[in-house]
Amino acid sequence: MITNPWLNGLVFGAVLVTVLMTLVALITWFERKFAGRIQSRMGPTIVGPFGLFQPLADAVKAMQKESIIPRNADKFLFRLAPPLTIAFALGTAAVIPFAPGLLGSDLDIGVLYALAFSGLLAFPTWVAGWASNNKYALLGGMRMVAQGISYEIPMVLAALVPVVLAGSLSMGEIVKAQVQGGWFIATPVGLVACLLFLTTALAEGNRIPFDIPEAESELVAGPTTEYNAIGWSIFAASEYAHSVVTSGIAATLFLGGWDGWWRLPPVLWMALKTTVVFLLITWVRWSLLRLRSDQLMALCWKYLVPGALLLVLVAGIQVSVRG
Amino acid sequence: MAVSVERVPTEVVVPTKAFVPDPYLDLDTYEADADLMTLSLGPQHPSTHGVFRVVLYLDGEIIVKAVPHCGYLHRGVEKLCEKLSYSNITPILDKNDYVSPMLNEQAANMAFEKLMGIEVPLRARYLRTLIAELQRIASHLLWLGTFAMDLGGALGGGTSVFMFCFRERELILDLFEELTGCRFHYNTHHVGGNRHDIPPQWPAMVHQALDTIEARLDAYLSMLEHPIFIDRTKGVGTIDAQLALELGLSGPLLRASGVDHDLRRDAPYGVYDLLDVKVAVDGGGDCYARYKVRLAEIRESIRLSRLLVDNVPAGPLSATKPLNMVTQFKATTGQVYVGVETPRGELGTWLIASKDKPTSPYRFKIRPPSLHAAAAVPYVFPGHTLSDAIAILGSLDPIMGEVDR
Repeated sequence: MITNPWLNGLVFGAVLVTVLMTLVALITWFERKFAGRIQSRMGPTIVGPFGLFQPLADAVKAMQKESIIPRNADKFLFRLAPPLTIAFALGTAAVIPFAPGLLGSDLDIGVLYALAFSGLLAFPTWVAGWASNNKYALLGGMRMVAQGISYEIPMVLAALVPVVLAGSLSMGEIVKAQVQGGWFIATPVGLVACLLFLTTALAEGNRIPFDIPEAESELVAGPTTEYNAIGWSIFAASEYAHSVVTSGIAATLFLGGWDGWWRLPPVLWMALKTTVVFLLITWVRWSLLRLRSDQLMALCWKYLVPGALLLVLVAGIQVSVRG
Repeated sequence: MAVSVERVPTEVVVPTKAFVPDPYLDLDTYEADADLMTLSLGPQHPSTHGVFRVVLYLDGEIIVKAVPHCGYLHRGVEKLCEKLSYSNITPILDKNDYVSPMLNEQAANMAFEKLMGIEVPLRARYLRTLIAELQRIASHLLWLGTFAMDLGGALGGGTSVFMFCFRERELILDLFEELTGCRFHYNTHHVGGNRHDIPPQWPAMVHQALDTIEARLDAYLSMLEHPIFIDRTKGVGTIDAQLALELGLSGPLLRASGVDHDLRRDAPYGVYDLLDVKVAVDGGGDCYARYKVRLAEIRESIRLSRLLVDNVPAGPLSATKPLNMVTQFKATTGQVYVGVETPRGELGTWLIASKDKPTSPYRFKIRPPSLHAAAAVPYVFPGHTLSDAIAILGSLDPIMGEVDR
């Protein structure tokens, strides 16, 4: 092992980003295939075996295109938004334990860090919407801010349940508690908290039924309306990266992380669980319609926040009764 | 699907000045310090169903005023038709309401026949009614798909419904291809009858396609009929009966506003007088009511098509010979109006013949139902959010080829 923490972080970060981006490419292919099957069509079939290299072809195509910046756009912010988005999306992954000891940094406040970083995602989206100098983009950015801030609260509260159950904010400790005491999803409180977390993750990740900021049929493409070429691709990739990372967090917090009962390596267990959660998100995406933004807010403040508070209370009682 | 299909006796509503949000609102009188955003929705927008443009004045996300602009697809069809001979007009009209071309053809040719006093043989009338009903199914399926996409986005559940609807619509297009050789611009009606006779295997194909559609309709409606869809459509974009009549709405829009009116039953043409058309009426007046009415119409059309395809009588298919000679059809005097119930409402054709040029109409006026639907925009948009505006526009279903002509 490398002893210098800075070098360690750098190497691990590089490896993590490479692996994650490959995973993201794979998962876009997976989603397109899955969506194709839902809609009784084939999905990508041409590039590579089973169309597996389609994401690669798309990325190359996007890189070859000319990057156009609108004349009246704020050019600095316009260029800044895509890298920020992908940075926040991938940065969240630093605290996810992929196997015992295999994680970027086992922070004492890992859960807090992950949620804070994933919550930051609303910020570059708003920057993109503002900098584009486009009304659709502006409306989309505003919607993203409103939605991101609102849904942050039930998301944190839902993530608080495993924290209370495990008695630690560290992701590694939470997994260890599940290895010893069973996965949290197997308990009623954990199951409800998991569903709540996934619901809010859909809203945070800007996915149907909560993809109100993007809302293709209303706002053309929301904050990314004016983006094209590689800038747009980075946005698209970061959306997927965010979904994958959120799935990973959900798998860690509720599904026991790398824990498994069969002789598969822990990394594979983690990958499997992440994929299952992602599949669920994808399934929801390709079968539901979109809510309206005021309905979305009503859902959050009237039902999810009180429900989440109640859930934390129940989890607290459960822990204190057991001692 | 509890849409009442029995005729509800509605009292005749006398159109007076209905209470509606003022579409000609003077924005200077609107709260002086409100920060209004002008948003030009369209003509290049994914959900305006063609090249429709609405200038929206937004207060936050609430629409204060909506000003529709049409004409981006104006091709001068009416003027063009005045230069063409009666037999050459039909293929031009296919491109008007490009979602239900069969009914455009039928409307014009019925007007020509009425003008010239030509009696259409019974077989042709049966066939025309049958393909009109099939076209209605196809058109409503396309509407359902695009409506779901308006609500659900291009990358999501809405698209799934869209794909399913197009898959089923494809079956109808296959039927038309078998019958006429074309999938879309058929040119199968001509003055006095129809051009293409029913192929021997066709009735069986029709039955098979209808069975498939009916079975699958329930399957993919389960994807739509859930709380999100109902939240998005119920109480959104309400048009009351009075406003609907004042605007001249017709078809499903009028029936969804609680006015029991259907040309197929009230002014029958083709063989509708031999059929018992059950008209779906819903008093809701909102997007959900329009959805329910159209859904009930799909089912009714399936029922009628089954009846019709089994009972097509033998006999000649045309009263005239389709020679396509420019001088074949002549009318020197008179003017007629013929209304046809298309999937979007009453498609009227008004003709004037003149002695100066007997082979083509002197004046050819089309009354498109979509134009009146688009005219409802400034009355129903204000007070709703941008998201609702898209849902309302989707439920009004204006076809721009027909609005602009």
